[in-house]
Amino acid sequence: MFDMAEAARREFWLSPPKMESDESYMVPPPPFTEGIFPCSECHKEMRPNPKRRELKEEHTNIQLKNHAEKERWCLDCHDMNNRDKLRLVSGEQIDFTESYRLCGQCHGDKYRDWKTGIHGKRTGQWNGKKQYLLCAHCHNPHNPRFKELQPKPPPMRPENIR
Amino acid sequence: MSDMEEHDERVFRLTRRKALKGLALGIGTMVLPAKDASASVWESFFQKHFRELGRLERQKILARLEKEYSAQYKKSVRVKDTPPPEGVLFGYALDLSRCVGCRRCVYGCVTENNQSRDPQIHWIKVLRLSKERGVDLEHSEQYYNPATVPQEGYFYMPVQCQQCENPPCTKVCPVQATWKETDGIVVVDYNWCIGCRYCMAACPYGARHFNWKKPGLPAGDMNPETHYLGNRPRPVGVVEKCTFCMQRTREPDGHYPACLEVCPVGARKFGNLLDPTSEIRNVIENKRVFILKEDLNTQPKFYYFYSV
Repeated sequence: MFDMAEAARREFWLSPPKMESDESYMVPPPPFTEGIFPCSECHKEMRPNPKRRELKEEHTNIQLKNHAEKERWCLDCHDMNNRDKLRLVSGEQIDFTESYRLCGQCHGDKYRDWKTGIHGKRTGQWNGKKQYLLCAHCHNPHNPRFKELQPKPPPMRPENIR
Repeated sequence: MSDMEEHDERVFRLTRRKALKGLALGIGTMVLPAKDASASVWESFFQKHFRELGRLERQKILARLEKEYSAQYKKSVRVKDTPPPEGVLFGYALDLSRCVGCRRCVYGCVTENNQSRDPQIHWIKVLRLSKERGVDLEHSEQYYNPATVPQEGYFYMPVQCQQCENPPCTKVCPVQATWKETDGIVVVDYNWCIGCRYCMAACPYGARHFNWKKPGLPAGDMNPETHYLGNRPRPVGVVEKCTFCMQRTREPDGHYPACLEVCPVGARKFGNLLDPTSEIRNVIENKRVFILKEDLNTQPKFYYFYSV
Protein backbone atom coordinates (compact mmCIF):
# COMPACT_ATOMS: atom_id res chain seq x y z
CA MET A 1 0.00 0.00 0.00
CA PHE A 2 2.77 2.38 1.00
CA ASP A 3 4.70 1.51 -2.12
CA MET A 4 1.68 2.35 -4.25
CA ALA A 5 1.46 5.81 -2.77
CA GLU A 6 5.18 6.26 -3.17
CA ALA A 7 4.95 5.23 -6.80
CA ALA A 8 2.08 7.61 -7.41
CA ARG A 9 4.01 10.45 -5.88
CA ARG A 10 7.04 9.65 -7.98
CA GLU A 11 4.84 9.47 -11.04
CA PHE A 12 3.45 12.90 -10.22
CA TRP A 13 6.85 14.51 -9.97
CA LEU A 14 8.16 12.84 -13.07
CA SER A 15 5.22 13.99 -15.16
CA PRO A 16 3.58 16.90 -13.40
CA PRO A 17 0.14 18.03 -14.54
CA LYS A 18 0.43 20.50 -17.37
CA MET A 19 -2.34 22.86 -16.27
CA GLU A 20 0.13 25.59 -15.28
CA SER A 21 1.11 26.38 -18.82
CA ASP A 22 -2.43 27.51 -19.74
CA GLU A 23 -2.36 30.20 -17.12
CA SER A 24 -0.39 33.30 -17.70
CA TYR A 25 0.12 36.20 -15.37
CA MET A 26 1.06 39.70 -16.34
CA VAL A 27 4.44 40.17 -14.71
CA PRO A 28 7.20 42.70 -15.28
CA PRO A 29 10.61 41.40 -16.38
CA PRO A 30 12.54 39.52 -13.69
CA PRO A 31 14.75 41.74 -11.49
CA PHE A 32 18.16 40.71 -12.84
CA THR A 33 21.34 42.38 -11.74
CA GLU A 34 22.25 44.64 -14.63
CA GLY A 35 24.22 42.97 -17.38
CA ILE A 36 24.06 39.50 -15.85
CA PHE A 37 21.55 37.96 -18.23
CA PRO A 38 21.81 35.89 -20.41
CA CYS A 39 23.85 33.69 -18.11
CA SER A 40 24.95 31.52 -21.01
CA GLU A 41 27.13 34.34 -22.28
CA CYS A 42 29.77 33.36 -19.73
CA HIS A 43 28.65 29.87 -18.90
CA LYS A 44 28.66 28.43 -22.43
CA GLU A 45 32.46 28.31 -22.40
CA MET A 46 32.60 26.59 -19.03
CA ARG A 47 32.28 22.99 -18.13
CA PRO A 48 29.60 22.64 -15.46
CA ASN A 49 30.94 21.57 -12.10
CA PRO A 50 28.09 20.01 -10.14
CA LYS A 51 30.11 19.79 -6.96
CA ARG A 52 28.79 21.79 -4.05
CA ARG A 53 31.36 24.43 -3.09
CA GLU A 54 31.88 27.99 -2.07
CA LEU A 55 32.07 30.30 -5.08
CA LYS A 56 35.30 32.28 -4.90
CA GLU A 57 35.67 33.95 -8.29
CA GLU A 58 32.19 34.90 -9.51
CA HIS A 59 28.83 35.52 -7.84
CA THR A 60 30.61 36.18 -4.58
CA ASN A 61 27.92 38.68 -3.65
CA ILE A 62 25.29 35.97 -3.57
CA GLN A 63 24.78 34.85 0.00
CA LEU A 64 22.31 32.09 0.67
CA LYS A 65 20.49 33.18 3.81
CA ASN A 66 17.19 32.62 5.56
CA HIS A 67 16.39 29.96 3.00
CA ALA A 68 17.60 26.59 4.31
CA GLU A 69 21.09 27.47 3.15
CA LYS A 70 22.56 24.25 4.51
CA GLU A 71 20.42 22.24 2.11
CA ARG A 72 20.36 24.63 -0.87
CA TRP A 73 22.75 24.76 -3.73
CA CYS A 74 22.71 26.74 -7.01
CA LEU A 75 21.77 23.78 -9.15
CA ASP A 76 18.65 23.03 -7.12
CA CYS A 77 16.99 25.86 -9.00
CA HIS A 78 19.33 26.80 -11.86
CA ASP A 79 19.54 24.32 -14.69
CA MET A 80 23.03 22.86 -15.03
CA ASN A 81 23.07 22.53 -18.81
CA ASN A 82 21.03 25.54 -19.86
CA ARG A 83 22.00 28.40 -17.60
CA ASP A 84 19.36 30.70 -19.03
CA LYS A 85 16.64 28.52 -17.53
CA LEU A 86 15.43 27.48 -14.15
CA ARG A 87 14.79 23.86 -13.35
CA LEU A 88 11.80 22.37 -11.59
CA VAL A 89 12.13 19.24 -9.47
CA SER A 90 10.46 17.37 -12.32
CA GLY A 91 13.35 18.30 -14.58
CA GLU A 92 11.25 20.69 -16.62
CA GLN A 93 13.10 23.80 -17.71
CA ILE A 94 11.27 27.08 -17.23
CA ASP A 95 12.02 30.70 -18.00
CA PHE A 96 12.94 33.20 -15.30
CA THR A 97 9.65 34.94 -16.11
CA GLU A 98 7.86 31.87 -14.73
CA SER A 99 9.91 31.61 -11.58
CA TYR A 100 6.74 31.54 -9.45
CA ARG A 101 6.30 27.93 -10.52
CA LEU A 102 9.70 27.12 -9.07
CA CYS A 103 8.98 28.85 -5.75
CA GLY A 104 5.52 27.31 -5.69
CA GLN A 105 6.99 23.82 -5.56
CA CYS A 106 7.73 24.28 -1.86
CA HIS A 107 5.61 27.30 -0.94
CA GLY A 108 2.34 25.88 -2.18
CA ASP A 109 0.14 27.94 0.12
CA LYS A 110 1.79 31.18 -0.93
CA TYR A 111 1.60 30.16 -4.58
CA ARG A 112 -2.12 29.46 -4.24
CA ASP A 113 -2.71 32.83 -2.55
CA TRP A 114 -0.49 34.63 -5.05
CA LYS A 115 -2.50 33.28 -7.98
CA THR A 116 -5.75 34.60 -6.52
CA GLY A 117 -4.16 37.90 -5.61
CA ILE A 118 -4.08 37.54 -1.82
CA HIS A 119 -0.33 37.10 -1.39
CA GLY A 120 1.77 39.82 -2.92
CA LYS A 121 1.14 43.13 -4.57
CA ARG A 122 -1.04 43.54 -7.61
CA THR A 123 -1.67 46.78 -9.41
CA GLY A 124 -3.91 47.77 -12.29
CA GLN A 125 -7.67 47.46 -12.47
CA TRP A 126 -9.88 45.95 -9.80
CA ASN A 127 -12.34 45.01 -12.53
CA GLY A 128 -9.89 44.10 -15.26
CA LYS A 129 -6.23 43.62 -16.09
CA LYS A 130 -3.93 43.22 -13.15
CA GLN A 131 -0.20 43.34 -13.03
CA TYR A 132 1.38 40.69 -10.82
CA LEU A 133 4.88 40.76 -9.44
CA LEU A 134 7.23 37.79 -9.44
CA CYS A 135 8.19 36.41 -6.03
CA ALA A 136 11.70 37.66 -6.75
CA HIS A 137 10.56 41.27 -7.09
CA CYS A 138 9.94 41.47 -3.34
CA HIS A 139 11.97 38.53 -2.02
CA ASN A 140 15.60 38.14 -3.01
CA PRO A 141 15.51 34.45 -3.97
CA HIS A 142 18.92 33.90 -2.35
CA ASN A 143 17.87 35.71 0.83
CA PRO A 144 14.10 35.88 0.79
CA ARG A 145 13.30 37.61 4.05
CA PHE A 146 11.54 40.90 3.37
CA LYS A 147 13.90 43.83 3.89
CA GLU A 148 13.14 46.35 6.60
CA LEU A 149 11.96 49.76 5.44
CA GLN A 150 12.38 53.28 6.64
CA PRO A 151 8.96 54.56 7.67
CA LYS A 152 7.56 57.81 6.35
CA PRO A 153 7.33 60.60 8.94
CA PRO A 154 4.68 60.26 11.65
CA PRO A 155 1.67 62.57 11.60
CA MET A 156 1.91 65.88 13.42
CA ARG A 157 0.46 65.92 16.87
CA PRO A 158 -2.75 67.95 17.00
CA GLU A 159 -1.23 70.38 19.49
CA ASN A 160 1.47 71.24 16.94
CA ILE A 161 -0.93 71.95 14.11
CA ARG A 162 -1.57 75.64 13.84
CA MET B 1 -37.40 117.32 33.14
CA SER B 2 -38.37 114.47 35.41
CA ASP B 3 -36.31 111.43 36.32
CA MET B 4 -38.68 109.31 34.40
CA GLU B 5 -38.05 111.02 31.09
CA GLU B 6 -34.27 110.89 31.54
CA HIS B 7 -34.44 107.19 32.07
CA ASP B 8 -36.56 106.72 28.97
CA GLU B 9 -33.98 108.34 26.74
CA ARG B 10 -31.28 105.97 27.82
CA VAL B 11 -33.40 102.87 27.05
CA PHE B 12 -32.99 101.59 23.49
CA ARG B 13 -36.38 101.61 21.86
CA LEU B 14 -36.77 99.62 18.69
CA THR B 15 -38.73 101.82 16.40
CA ARG B 16 -39.84 101.04 12.87
CA ARG B 17 -37.35 103.62 11.65
CA LYS B 18 -34.41 101.99 13.42
CA ALA B 19 -35.43 98.52 12.23
CA LEU B 20 -35.46 99.61 8.61
CA LYS B 21 -32.07 101.26 9.07
CA GLY B 22 -30.64 98.04 10.48
CA LEU B 23 -32.14 95.94 7.68
CA ALA B 24 -30.66 98.21 5.04
CA LEU B 25 -27.27 98.05 6.75
CA GLY B 26 -27.47 94.25 6.90
CA ILE B 27 -28.30 93.87 3.23
CA GLY B 28 -25.56 96.35 2.45
CA THR B 29 -22.90 94.20 4.15
CA MET B 30 -24.22 91.09 2.39
CA VAL B 31 -23.91 92.73 -0.99
CA LEU B 32 -20.41 94.06 -0.30
CA PRO B 33 -18.44 90.93 -1.38
CA ALA B 34 -20.22 90.95 -4.72
CA LYS B 35 -18.02 93.86 -5.81
CA ASP B 36 -14.83 91.82 -5.85
CA ALA B 37 -16.34 88.31 -6.05
CA SER B 38 -17.54 86.75 -9.28
CA ALA B 39 -21.05 85.56 -9.92
CA SER B 40 -19.93 82.03 -9.01
CA VAL B 41 -20.04 82.94 -5.33
CA TRP B 42 -23.76 83.55 -5.64
CA GLU B 43 -24.25 80.51 -7.84
CA SER B 44 -22.63 78.25 -5.27
CA PHE B 45 -24.58 79.96 -2.49
CA PHE B 46 -27.90 79.15 -4.10
CA GLN B 47 -26.85 75.68 -5.33
CA LYS B 48 -29.40 72.95 -4.58
CA HIS B 49 -28.63 69.70 -2.75
CA PHE B 50 -26.44 67.49 -4.92
CA ARG B 51 -28.97 64.68 -5.12
CA GLU B 52 -31.72 66.99 -6.25
CA LEU B 53 -29.76 68.33 -9.18
CA GLY B 54 -30.71 67.51 -12.73
CA ARG B 55 -28.15 66.43 -15.31
CA LEU B 56 -27.82 69.88 -16.85
CA GLU B 57 -27.58 71.60 -13.50
CA ARG B 58 -24.79 69.22 -12.49
CA GLN B 59 -22.90 69.86 -15.70
CA LYS B 60 -23.14 73.57 -15.11
CA ILE B 61 -21.83 73.22 -11.56
CA LEU B 62 -18.97 70.97 -12.63
CA ALA B 63 -18.03 73.39 -15.40
CA ARG B 64 -18.06 76.25 -12.91
CA LEU B 65 -15.85 74.34 -10.47
CA GLU B 66 -13.45 73.26 -13.22
CA LYS B 67 -13.07 76.88 -14.27
CA GLU B 68 -12.53 77.99 -10.70
CA TYR B 69 -9.98 75.30 -9.81
CA SER B 70 -8.13 75.61 -13.13
CA ALA B 71 -7.63 79.30 -12.50
CA GLN B 72 -6.63 78.73 -8.89
CA TYR B 73 -4.14 75.91 -9.52
CA LYS B 74 -3.00 77.07 -12.96
CA LYS B 75 -3.58 73.73 -14.66
CA SER B 76 -6.45 71.99 -16.41
CA VAL B 77 -8.50 70.48 -13.57
CA ARG B 78 -11.21 67.92 -14.24
CA VAL B 79 -14.18 67.51 -11.88
CA LYS B 80 -16.21 64.36 -12.52
CA ASP B 81 -19.51 63.24 -11.07
CA THR B 82 -19.24 59.59 -12.18
CA PRO B 83 -22.20 57.77 -10.59
CA PRO B 84 -21.80 54.47 -8.70
CA PRO B 85 -21.32 51.54 -11.09
CA GLU B 86 -24.22 49.07 -11.36
CA GLY B 87 -24.00 45.85 -9.39
CA VAL B 88 -20.95 46.92 -7.43
CA LEU B 89 -20.47 47.11 -3.68
CA PHE B 90 -16.93 48.13 -2.90
CA GLY B 91 -15.01 46.33 -0.19
CA TYR B 92 -11.49 46.60 1.14
CA ALA B 93 -9.31 44.10 2.94
CA LEU B 94 -6.06 44.65 4.78
CA ASP B 95 -3.62 41.90 5.64
CA LEU B 96 -2.38 42.48 9.19
CA SER B 97 0.17 39.70 8.87
CA ARG B 98 1.86 41.63 6.02
CA CYS B 99 1.60 45.32 6.94
CA VAL B 100 4.97 46.67 8.10
CA GLY B 101 3.74 50.11 9.17
CA CYS B 102 5.83 52.07 6.65
CA ARG B 103 3.10 54.74 6.11
CA ARG B 104 3.53 54.75 2.33
CA CYS B 105 -0.27 54.51 2.09
CA VAL B 106 -0.75 57.62 4.23
CA TYR B 107 1.27 59.83 1.92
CA GLY B 108 0.08 58.10 -1.27
CA CYS B 109 -3.43 59.03 -0.18
CA VAL B 110 -2.51 62.63 0.56
CA THR B 111 -0.99 63.03 -2.92
CA GLU B 112 -3.91 61.42 -4.72
CA ASN B 113 -6.71 63.04 -2.77
CA ASN B 114 -5.52 66.65 -2.47
CA GLN B 115 -5.50 66.79 1.31
CA SER B 116 -4.28 69.93 2.97
CA ARG B 117 -0.50 69.76 3.47
CA ASP B 118 -0.53 72.61 5.94
CA PRO B 119 -2.39 72.33 8.25
CA GLN B 120 -1.77 68.64 7.90
CA ILE B 121 -4.67 66.28 7.20
CA HIS B 122 -4.21 62.51 6.85
CA TRP B 123 -7.10 60.23 5.96
CA ILE B 124 -5.15 57.12 6.98
CA LYS B 125 -3.82 56.57 10.47
CA VAL B 126 -1.37 53.72 11.03
CA LEU B 127 -1.59 52.31 14.53
CA ARG B 128 1.24 50.37 16.10
CA LEU B 129 0.01 47.60 18.37
CA SER B 130 1.98 45.20 20.49
CA LYS B 131 1.77 41.54 19.59
CA GLU B 132 1.37 40.71 23.23
CA ARG B 133 -1.81 42.74 23.64
CA GLY B 134 -3.28 42.10 20.19
CA VAL B 135 -5.87 44.47 18.74
CA ASP B 136 -6.12 46.72 21.77
CA LEU B 137 -6.79 50.21 20.47
CA GLU B 138 -6.42 51.80 23.91
CA HIS B 139 -2.73 50.97 23.80
CA SER B 140 -2.11 51.85 20.16
CA GLU B 141 0.56 54.32 19.12
CA GLN B 142 0.37 56.36 15.92
CA TYR B 143 3.43 58.59 16.36
CA TYR B 144 6.02 55.78 16.30
CA ASN B 145 9.16 56.75 14.41
CA PRO B 146 11.96 54.17 14.48
CA ALA B 147 14.78 54.01 11.91
CA THR B 148 13.26 50.96 10.27
CA VAL B 149 10.00 49.04 10.41
CA PRO B 150 8.68 46.51 11.28
CA GLN B 151 9.87 46.56 14.88
CA GLU B 152 10.22 43.41 16.90
CA GLY B 153 7.15 42.61 18.95
CA TYR B 154 4.76 44.97 17.16
CA PHE B 155 2.26 44.79 14.36
CA TYR B 156 0.62 47.61 12.48
CA MET B 157 -2.96 48.44 11.71
CA PRO B 158 -3.84 51.22 9.26
CA VAL B 159 -7.27 52.73 9.95
CA GLN B 160 -9.23 54.80 7.49
CA CYS B 161 -12.92 55.24 6.68
CA GLN B 162 -14.53 51.82 7.03
CA GLN B 163 -17.36 52.69 4.60
CA CYS B 164 -19.94 51.27 6.99
CA GLU B 165 -23.11 49.69 5.64
CA ASN B 166 -24.81 51.21 8.68
CA PRO B 167 -22.90 54.48 9.02
CA PRO B 168 -23.52 56.48 12.20
CA CYS B 169 -21.96 59.59 10.66
CA THR B 170 -24.63 60.11 8.01
CA LYS B 171 -27.46 59.77 10.51
CA VAL B 172 -26.36 62.70 12.63
CA CYS B 173 -25.83 65.19 9.82
CA PRO B 174 -28.43 67.93 10.36
CA VAL B 175 -28.41 68.97 6.70
CA GLN B 176 -27.89 65.62 4.92
CA ALA B 177 -24.62 66.77 3.45
CA THR B 178 -23.23 63.23 3.82
CA TRP B 179 -24.78 59.99 2.69
CA LYS B 180 -24.05 56.45 1.54
CA GLU B 181 -24.05 55.84 -2.20
CA THR B 182 -25.30 52.63 -3.85
CA ASP B 183 -21.76 51.31 -4.29
CA GLY B 184 -21.36 51.59 -0.52
CA ILE B 185 -19.13 54.66 -0.43
CA VAL B 186 -20.00 57.30 2.17
CA VAL B 187 -19.58 60.72 0.59
CA VAL B 188 -19.64 64.36 1.63
CA ASP B 189 -20.91 67.25 -0.47
CA TYR B 190 -18.46 69.99 0.47
CA ASN B 191 -20.84 72.62 -0.90
CA TRP B 192 -23.60 71.47 1.43
CA CYS B 193 -21.58 70.75 4.60
CA ILE B 194 -22.08 73.40 7.27
CA GLY B 195 -19.09 72.29 9.33
CA CYS B 196 -20.92 71.35 12.53
CA ARG B 197 -18.68 68.26 12.96
CA TYR B 198 -21.46 66.10 14.40
CA CYS B 199 -20.34 63.36 11.99
CA MET B 200 -16.83 63.45 13.41
CA ALA B 201 -18.23 62.89 16.87
CA ALA B 202 -20.41 60.05 15.61
CA CYS B 203 -17.66 58.18 13.73
CA PRO B 204 -16.17 55.49 15.97
CA TYR B 205 -13.07 55.19 13.76
CA GLY B 206 -11.84 58.80 13.74
CA ALA B 207 -12.04 58.67 9.97
CA ARG B 208 -13.47 62.13 9.35
CA HIS B 209 -11.32 65.24 9.27
CA PHE B 210 -12.13 68.91 9.48
CA ASN B 211 -10.64 71.78 7.54
CA TRP B 212 -9.99 74.22 10.35
CA LYS B 213 -8.18 76.51 7.94
CA LYS B 214 -8.20 77.04 4.21
CA PRO B 215 -6.42 73.90 2.97
CA GLY B 216 -2.78 74.52 2.14
CA LEU B 217 -2.39 72.73 -1.18
CA PRO B 218 0.51 73.90 -3.37
CA ALA B 219 -0.56 74.20 -7.01
CA GLY B 220 2.28 71.96 -8.12
CA ASP B 221 1.13 69.11 -5.85
CA MET B 222 -2.51 69.32 -6.82
CA ASN B 223 -3.96 66.21 -8.51
CA PRO B 224 -6.11 67.60 -11.34
CA GLU B 225 -8.15 64.40 -11.82
CA THR B 226 -10.97 64.91 -9.31
CA HIS B 227 -14.48 63.85 -8.39
CA TYR B 228 -17.15 66.22 -7.06
CA LEU B 229 -17.85 63.97 -4.05
CA GLY B 230 -14.24 62.92 -3.66
CA ASN B 231 -10.88 64.57 -4.00
CA ARG B 232 -11.72 67.99 -5.42
CA PRO B 233 -10.18 70.87 -3.47
CA ARG B 234 -12.09 71.54 -0.27
CA PRO B 235 -13.03 74.92 1.16
CA VAL B 236 -12.36 75.89 4.75
CA GLY B 237 -14.86 74.67 7.33
CA VAL B 238 -15.97 71.36 5.82
CA VAL B 239 -15.47 67.72 6.79
CA GLU B 240 -13.66 65.31 4.50
CA LYS B 241 -12.93 61.57 4.45
CA CYS B 242 -11.68 58.59 2.46
CA THR B 243 -13.85 57.69 -0.55
CA PHE B 244 -12.00 54.55 -1.69
CA CYS B 245 -10.48 56.85 -4.36
CA MET B 246 -13.76 57.08 -6.25
CA GLN B 247 -12.12 59.23 -8.92
CA ARG B 248 -10.14 56.09 -9.82
CA THR B 249 -12.32 53.16 -8.78
CA ARG B 250 -15.61 54.35 -10.27
CA GLU B 251 -14.25 54.76 -13.77
CA PRO B 252 -14.97 52.06 -16.38
CA ASP B 253 -11.29 51.03 -16.34
CA GLY B 254 -11.56 50.92 -12.52
CA HIS B 255 -8.10 51.39 -11.12
CA TYR B 256 -7.21 50.28 -7.62
CA PRO B 257 -7.18 52.95 -4.89
CA ALA B 258 -3.92 54.86 -4.50
CA CYS B 259 -3.15 53.42 -1.04
CA LEU B 260 -3.31 49.90 -2.46
CA GLU B 261 -1.05 50.66 -5.41
CA VAL B 262 1.61 52.26 -3.24
CA CYS B 263 1.75 49.50 -0.59
CA PRO B 264 5.18 47.85 -0.86
CA VAL B 265 4.12 44.60 0.79
CA GLY B 266 0.82 44.04 -1.01
CA ALA B 267 -1.16 44.04 2.23
CA ARG B 268 -4.12 45.89 0.73
CA LYS B 269 -6.86 44.20 -1.30
CA PHE B 270 -9.83 45.81 -3.00
CA GLY B 271 -12.75 44.73 -5.11
CA ASN B 272 -16.43 44.12 -5.63
CA LEU B 273 -18.14 42.32 -2.76
CA LEU B 274 -20.95 41.22 -5.09
CA ASP B 275 -18.58 39.42 -7.46
CA PRO B 276 -17.96 35.87 -6.14
CA THR B 277 -14.71 35.60 -8.11
CA SER B 278 -13.16 38.81 -6.75
CA GLU B 279 -10.09 38.71 -4.56
CA ILE B 280 -11.96 40.46 -1.76
CA ARG B 281 -14.54 37.66 -1.66
CA ASN B 282 -11.72 35.14 -1.76
CA VAL B 283 -10.19 36.78 1.30
CA ILE B 284 -13.46 36.88 3.22
CA GLU B 285 -14.33 33.29 2.42
CA ASN B 286 -10.92 31.73 3.00
CA LYS B 287 -8.99 33.77 5.53
CA ARG B 288 -9.38 34.74 9.16
CA VAL B 289 -11.21 38.04 8.93
CA PHE B 290 -12.44 40.56 11.45
CA ILE B 291 -14.01 43.99 11.34
CA LEU B 292 -13.19 46.82 13.67
CA LYS B 293 -15.57 47.53 16.57
CA GLU B 294 -18.02 44.92 15.38
CA ASP B 295 -20.10 45.39 18.54
CA LEU B 296 -21.22 48.84 17.36
CA ASN B 297 -23.15 47.31 14.46
CA THR B 298 -21.69 49.77 11.99
CA GLN B 299 -21.07 46.89 9.56
CA PRO B 300 -17.83 48.13 8.00
CA LYS B 301 -16.86 47.09 4.47
CA PHE B 302 -13.22 47.29 5.50
CA TYR B 303 -11.99 43.85 6.52
CA TYR B 304 -8.82 43.10 8.42
CA PHE B 305 -7.41 39.63 7.81
CA TYR B 306 -4.47 37.37 8.46
CA SER B 307 -3.11 35.59 5.41
CA VAL B 308 -1.06 33.18 7.50
